[in-house]
Amino acid sequence: MVKITGGKVYDPKNGVDGVVKDICIDDGRIAEKADGNARTIDATGMMIFPGGVDVHTHVAGGALNFARGLVPENQRAARKFIHTPERRTGIGGMTPTTFATGYLYAGMGWTTVNEAAVPILSAKHTHEELHDIPIVDKSTLLLMANNEFVLDLIEVGELERAKHVVGWMIWAAKTYGVKAVNPGGVAAWKWGKNASTLHEPIEGYKTVTAAKIIAGLAQIIDDLGLPHPLHLHQNNLGVPGNVTTTLETMKVLEGHRAHLAHLQFHAYGGHDWGSMKSEAAAIAEAFNNYPNLTCDAGAVLFGDAVTITADGPWQHLLYELTGRKWGNLDVENETGCGIVPYVYSDRHLVNAVQWAVGLELLLLIKDPWRVYLTTDHPNGGCFWRYPEILQLLMDVEFRKEQIKKLPAEARNRIVLADIDRQYTLSEVAIITSAGPARALGLSQKGHLGVGADADITIYPAQANDDGVLFSYPRYVLKRGEVVVEEGEVRAVSEGHEFVVRPNFDETIEEYIRPLFQKTYTMSFENYPTEMERLRHPDVTACK
Amino acid sequence: MITLTLREQPVVPLEAEVVTPDVTASLANDAIRALPVYLGKKQCRVDDFFTVEGQASDEIEIRGDAKQVKWIGRGMTRGKIKIDGNAGMHLGAYMKGGSIEVSGNVSDWLGGEMTDGFIRVGGNAGGQVGAAYRGSRSGMRNGTIIIGGTAGLEIGMRMRRGTIVVGGLVRDFAGLEMKGGTIVLLSGAELRTGAWMNRGTIVSLAPIPLLPSFLYAATYNPTFLRMYAKHLGTLGITIPYDAKDGGYRRYIGDSSVPGRGEILVWNPHAS
Repeated sequence: MVKITGGKVYDPKNGVDGVVKDICIDDGRIAEKADGNARTIDATGMMIFPGGVDVHTHVAGGALNFARGLVPENQRAARKFIHTPERRTGIGGMTPTTFATGYLYAGMGWTTVNEAAVPILSAKHTHEELHDIPIVDKSTLLLMANNEFVLDLIEVGELERAKHVVGWMIWAAKTYGVKAVNPGGVAAWKWGKNASTLHEPIEGYKTVTAAKIIAGLAQIIDDLGLPHPLHLHQNNLGVPGNVTTTLETMKVLEGHRAHLAHLQFHAYGGHDWGSMKSEAAAIAEAFNNYPNLTCDAGAVLFGDAVTITADGPWQHLLYELTGRKWGNLDVENETGCGIVPYVYSDRHLVNAVQWAVGLELLLLIKDPWRVYLTTDHPNGGCFWRYPEILQLLMDVEFRKEQIKKLPAEARNRIVLADIDRQYTLSEVAIITSAGPARALGLSQKGHLGVGADADITIYPAQANDDGVLFSYPRYVLKRGEVVVEEGEVRAVSEGHEFVVRPNFDETIEEYIRPLFQKTYTMSFENYPTEMERLRHPDVTACK
Repeated sequence: MITLTLREQPVVPLEAEVVTPDVTASLANDAIRALPVYLGKKQCRVDDFFTVEGQASDEIEIRGDAKQVKWIGRGMTRGKIKIDGNAGMHLGAYMKGGSIEVSGNVSDWLGGEMTDGFIRVGGNAGGQVGAAYRGSRSGMRNGTIIIGGTAGLEIGMRMRRGTIVVGGLVRDFAGLEMKGGTIVLLSGAELRTGAWMNRGTIVSLAPIPLLPSFLYAATYNPTFLRMYAKHLGTLGITIPYDAKDGGYRRYIGDSSVPGRGEILVWNPHAS
């Protein structure tokens, strides 16, 4: 039993905003009261937040591992984690090793992460890496919008059967939700093409369009009753002028729940790199009127990054822009993947606009419950730099100082300088924890009400010497156990993995098996991930 | 001068990046003895392996067969390291200044990604001399490496500036993806010399097999080599440049990149 006394509590879900109150923990959950034997943590003068929840990150699996191999020079320069009695050896940096990923997230006060891109074919690999990411709880999203079995069913209008196939696949991969990446575009990439419009047929199909895939999957996910809505990486990511695609996609999604991932990369105007500008205001205005949608920022920070995405055609374009390294993977009938190391420069017009767009979206979207803090780690920047973004959101003077450093031409193409909004501490708790937990359908996360998991981050109320408020938590508790003190990992626990069990017709396997045996390079029996492979599964049954 | 005498050959390579004048110059001998070295994942002390004698100075002498000792002189900026015997991998890697002299052989990655300084090896060197570490964009950016004996694969890989001179035969891929600087091969090299080179100069005093993507340009006696020869002469290396003795056949490549590097092969007059 633990009792935390004297701290100001920020628990927006339960309407608590900076009130000094005791938090009691019993058996890893928040409790009404603690008995006299409870360990007491004196949090006087500190701020108590629900542990952070990252709704969109890339921390495990085949693509990330490929990226690790592609950038050894970054790993040499990265922070080293030396073996200690509590900790395993590891490397930080842009593509941290598994154990280091857990230490870095927990050390920052984040206690739940959502790995946003898992192909079924590398689900086993992903789950085994997730075992080795300690402390944090994990969920995973299955890549679906370029799966040829599903696309073939959409082609012939068999959405009902597609629903059962999707349900079977989610359970086969032991994942938590569905991610759509560049719907149709990755399938077209296998023909050297892309899907840059929503309503034209995808290469290789007669009737399938990106819009049909998006609407179909959103419908299937609603029908299956998954806790997390369709998690959508839209078409034309990163392309100047993609604002029209994004606005059109919002229309396609009318009547469905959906989460728009890394919206920053989808909010550009102009018609080429020279004329690219921010359209965050138009995107935010439209988004404000679609209560069915949530999004995450996918903010960009200046400095090194590694771009990792299933969006193969975009990665080839980015490689042609950088002229450095490029990795490309084909994942049989399911998806693809591209890796390109990238440096966001504050002297570069395009990068400066991207930096501003991420912040503009976070500031212009009115409801903090529908926009969440991410960098699409490691695409826009590393997750361990989130405190830098919080500082930019909370301090308008600091933000304006940073805007002055941008190239003059870039300042004409953004609206950030005109925004005076500053995030409150309660809003920070929403975009870092309460909001993403709600979007993921994790009712036990993101708040400090009785019965919630005791994932708690206690920050000093004063900024550190760099002026950054949230960089080093004083304490982090995971399921009631103190895992971090003074920014140092003190104890290492194993996190849980969230999995959903959708309702589907089990006989669908007889439809999938022959198709699979005809088209895949492995045997069907080895395809699904066994439950035994997950260390601490936490299974949610759908309605 | 500080003298480190290796007492016992480590069973696995010992990582001793503290053995640089920058670290030891201002330390008393007892403090040097307590410096950390790594044997695998185990942290040890310098005096678990070395006897430390002498007086604080920015000169270090290493005695004994240090072929298993890695990272000596890593990132050094000044002073001198004299190695009486062999040295292990990564000797003088990332060095910025000062000098290293080795009487015996050294292993791979000699002077890897060095930015300045001077290294002279009496015996043979391994591969990747002055090269870029895996994934890095550039190898050595300046400085001089002189090797009396042979050298291994990929010497000068992605080097940007500086000079490498090798007395003995060099193995494949000398100057791989070279971006600048000079490699002088006194006894020639094996296969694929200058593959993917962008710029820079490889001088060979012996005939070498060339990739088909190197194109013959001319036979001449470049003026800059006269200056190089004078400079190298002060370091005890003789290269011919006089038109009365012969000329250099100039090949441009690697045209498969396409690059604008050059390979100059000495072609003496028949006598």
